[in-house]
Amino acid sequence: MTDRCAVGIHGVTKRFGDVAAVDAIDLEIADGEFFSLLGPSGCGKTTTLRMIAGLEFPTEGSIKIFGEEMALRPPNKRPVNTVFQSYALFPHMTVEQNVAFGLEMQDVPKAEARMRAGDAIDMVRLGAMTKRKPSQLSGGQQQRVALARALVNRPKVLLLDEPLGALDLKLRQAMQIELKDIQQQVGITFVFVTHDQEEALTMSDRIGVMSEGKLLQVAPAEDIYERPANRFVAEFIGETNFIPGTVVERDRVRLGNGQVVTARAEQPAGTAVTLTLRPEKLHLHEKVDEAPADYNNITCRIVRRLYFGDSRYYELEAGLGAIVDCRVENIPRLRTWSVDDEVVLSFHRQAAEALSE
Amino acid sequence: MTLLEEHPPVEAANPELEAQSVKAAARRGLLHALPAYVYLVFFFALPLVIVFVFSFASRSTTGRPVLGGWNLDSYARLVEPVIRTIAARSLWLALLNTVICLLIGYPFAYWIATRSKSSNRNLLLVLVLIPFWSNFLVRTYAWRVLLDSNGPVTGLGEATGLWGQMLFTQPAVFIGLLYGYLPFMVLPLYAAIERLDWSLVEGARDLYATGWEAFRKVTLPLSKPGVIAGSILVFIPSLGAYVTPDILGGAKTTLLGNYIVTQFTSGRNWPFGAALSFVILAAMLIATIFYFRSGGKTL
Repeated sequence: MTDRCAVGIHGVTKRFGDVAAVDAIDLEIADGEFFSLLGPSGCGKTTTLRMIAGLEFPTEGSIKIFGEEMALRPPNKRPVNTVFQSYALFPHMTVEQNVAFGLEMQDVPKAEARMRAGDAIDMVRLGAMTKRKPSQLSGGQQQRVALARALVNRPKVLLLDEPLGALDLKLRQAMQIELKDIQQQVGITFVFVTHDQEEALTMSDRIGVMSEGKLLQVAPAEDIYERPANRFVAEFIGETNFIPGTVVERDRVRLGNGQVVTARAEQPAGTAVTLTLRPEKLHLHEKVDEAPADYNNITCRIVRRLYFGDSRYYELEAGLGAIVDCRVENIPRLRTWSVDDEVVLSFHRQAAEALSE
Repeated sequence: MTLLEEHPPVEAANPELEAQSVKAAARRGLLHALPAYVYLVFFFALPLVIVFVFSFASRSTTGRPVLGGWNLDSYARLVEPVIRTIAARSLWLALLNTVICLLIGYPFAYWIATRSKSSNRNLLLVLVLIPFWSNFLVRTYAWRVLLDSNGPVTGLGEATGLWGQMLFTQPAVFIGLLYGYLPFMVLPLYAAIERLDWSLVEGARDLYATGWEAFRKVTLPLSKPGVIAGSILVFIPSLGAYVTPDILGGAKTTLLGNYIVTQFTSGRNWPFGAALSFVILAAMLIATIFYFRSGGKTL
């Protein structure tokens, strides 16, 4: 990955009537990066993508692609291509004609267009389907045609709008890996829009989390999960517990039951914070002395037990102002508990991130 | 468990039962279609047979059709120059009307179909349909007033020096046909354009197509069923038009429809009128089938 900026979005706002679908966002995506825009439906991620594609024009702000201003340029004059959520394959054209469409529009000589289209179709392993119409293909095959149709133009940036949304789980997982491989193979910047956090985490170099038109956090996948910037990001990505508390001093937080625990807290003393604790980072022990020495220990009572096959969830009550969920891997001979058992909940300082209110 | 086991095993397939259900479905289908069948037999097939039979009949000295003395004389007369002139004129007017209706109707239907509010779309469609609320004959007579030598259209033509008296000329017939059949072009076009998947147009634009190229390569081919349906709905009645040329046209604008009517009335030549009707019907049927086929291939 180089440091060249593939897509530069500065102060971009898009209003539909009175509603700001995208609200003053700034974002820079590096050349060769696999960048995901993640958020719930209606958060503005698709609108952002469409503005990069030229299918919407921003109300305010600047959109640059490799340094060139594009904000108001029509889509056919931008060096980007899109894989649409619905694939948008032309139903009256064959696979080959679909893939060659962009080349034909750019007046690429016929022979070269045929060759490049053929290569692109081979890349997505549809060599046997060139003469078929889209309606004769499965969902996964249509998806690959859409990908080939976009990539054949060698765009500087490839935009993908929830391209895997219509596929079933197994196929989606296979396509995630395939997409990532293709991206590394062609080295093109990918901007990927999804509401599926798992998909974003597995595929992306960096993720931008959006909500209500605003970009809440832009960071590598691991940072998004381990160090969420705020409550929304922590809650949207994965599962977590929120426990209210007050900062006593740096990295020390007093909880609702009066106990002071160590956490990652950089707020000044006296600040009301919310600790986010991921269920899988919590451990249960029978007695305090069983837990590692530098862990925080809180005595709790089990109020509910849920069996998930690969794991068990325990809901814990400890007078913290919130029920705490704890996930325990289903490993043979590991101790299990029942409702009303008294247990010691322990977690490391690194597992608790203090978020400002 | 024991209860379940006591049931007789379910047979994999019961051919007799299956055949019965297929028959029952066919019976129900026939029952649904029965009124339409009866209608078609009595008001289409039977009259057609009568026309067909009369086309081989002969005439008495006074011109009465005589069912007997069967001959092909009426068919032989179809190649007479007067028929060729009238057929060519009708064909030309019907084709011109279809093309102009398409050129006016497509942008209009496109415009209606792309209004974002459905209430606006419905309002515009109602406006297209409003003329149907009054009788076609009355509306055609209204055109007579408009096109008359004292009428506004003639006035405008004389003021600009572009045209003179229009009534009883071919342009008047054409205006009447265009006016009468434009809605039949707009409605099927609207239906076809309205259900277009606009993400396909966005896809084309994203793939470097200009607005015009996206229209030519995507919108137009995908709205072809509407173009075909609209063209047939305009072309066929235009070719057989009777009321419009009769009221707005003159002696030099006789079309096939008028000519056939004349054969059955003042011409007193039923066999010839019947033969002409039948040949036109057959030609139209064949042309329509070809037209549909040519559209079907690309869809």
